[in-house]
Amino acid sequence: MEIIKLIGVVIVIVGFVLKFDTLAVVVVAGLATGLVGGMSIIDILSTLGNSFLTNRTATLFVLTLPVIGLCERMGLKDKAVDLIKSIKGATTGRLLAIWQTVRTICSAFSLRIGGHPQFIRPLINPMAQAAAVAQYGEIDEKTEDQIKGMAAGTENYGNFFAQNCFMGSSGTLLIVSTLTEQGYNVTALDIAGQSVPIAVISVVVGVAYALLFDQILKKRFGKN
Amino acid sequence: MTKSDVPSAEETRSNADKYGYKPFIPPITLALAAVIVATVFTNLGSNNAIGVSAVIALIVAFILFKPKADTPIKDGTRMLDSVGVTGILPQVLAALGSLFTAAGVGDVIASGVSAVIPADNLFVATAVYCIAMAMFTMIMGNGFAAFSVITVGIGIPFLIAQGANPVVVGALGLTAGYCGTLMTPMAANFNIMPAALLETKSKYAIIFAQVPMALIMLVIHIFLMYFLAF
Repeated sequence: MEIIKLIGVVIVIVGFVLKFDTLAVVVVAGLATGLVGGMSIIDILSTLGNSFLTNRTATLFVLTLPVIGLCERMGLKDKAVDLIKSIKGATTGRLLAIWQTVRTICSAFSLRIGGHPQFIRPLINPMAQAAAVAQYGEIDEKTEDQIKGMAAGTENYGNFFAQNCFMGSSGTLLIVSTLTEQGYNVTALDIAGQSVPIAVISVVVGVAYALLFDQILKKRFGKN
Repeated sequence: MTKSDVPSAEETRSNADKYGYKPFIPPITLALAAVIVATVFTNLGSNNAIGVSAVIALIVAFILFKPKADTPIKDGTRMLDSVGVTGILPQVLAALGSLFTAAGVGDVIASGVSAVIPADNLFVATAVYCIAMAMFTMIMGNGFAAFSVITVGIGIPFLIAQGANPVVVGALGLTAGYCGTLMTPMAANFNIMPAALLETKSKYAIIFAQVPMALIMLVIHIFLMYFLAF
């Protein structure tokens, strides 16, 4: 019964959906898979252990934390806020487009500029809302919600699509570990390089989406 | 026991006024140095380049800010605390991936999927890989976990073994998974928590806004991967 070998996958899915402890879920899934695959406990443990060791490069990003933490203490985020605040006279869409571009570039350099609690809630969303109100007067609740959704979206797009451009990002290192574990010789530099096209494309598409949103608002609220 | 030491808003603000845009220099140095060291000093290897660049960036930071010696240690600890368990997850997931391979899980998934993919149709194979990445990520709420399983089960047998460039398949595979992250309530800290934070009327406001972008990006992934990998 070959299909039983997928029990590990099922355990991972169920465990994540039900929000059990992540590490426990993964280890249990591994043990279950090994057992139904006919491996002895010793084999399972030695495979798991060896692979965990070989993949220690995935945790390399930890080395970058002291520098980044230090720079944050020295006011990195505060200056970023200053920079964003100095953008004047933008429409909602343009503001979101600029922010997504900035966020993407920062993500590519592993600059932790961004974050929903640090930037979207206190800064980007209020600015986007204010731009719409300045242009069209009162806006309805549906529009307000949509602007909030768009603002949060820019944070996520910038974060996700460019993070692997940084050689030391955990995503990049995961890809490297997984592929080298399977016998394919890829390096973090290769992966980072191949992540650049999609990062650039995400900015192009995101900017277009934000500017389209401007047009939707214009149609909705007409000339003022 | 050292306690994590979060800098107060006053401290960071006064430092920001004092140093201006200088705090940007070490992180940018970090990223650039990693690339330069990996490209120029190839005998060191990419992984060592990350360590070397971290040291270089730290030296630059020391020169710029002259902090007390234990400050970066405290800040590193604090940041690692906030990263939490997620920090070790990639390493554990890669180990899980190898256990899956040893047990033959990849083969089972591959034989199941081969029923769907017409033989030798690399475009459909690429599409199935990307869509499976996104769907698995949506179910699990986590792109990293999906990456291990789908790459071993579909990416390797159907794309890489057929001659696809593994770098392209790997790099774009994970970002295809992220397209799924944008559309799922399972990725709560990106989609549901911020909705609560922003006090949106609908819990799913962020997901709704993101779906068009996520779908367009997914389609782009399929074509980009197909053209770049083969």
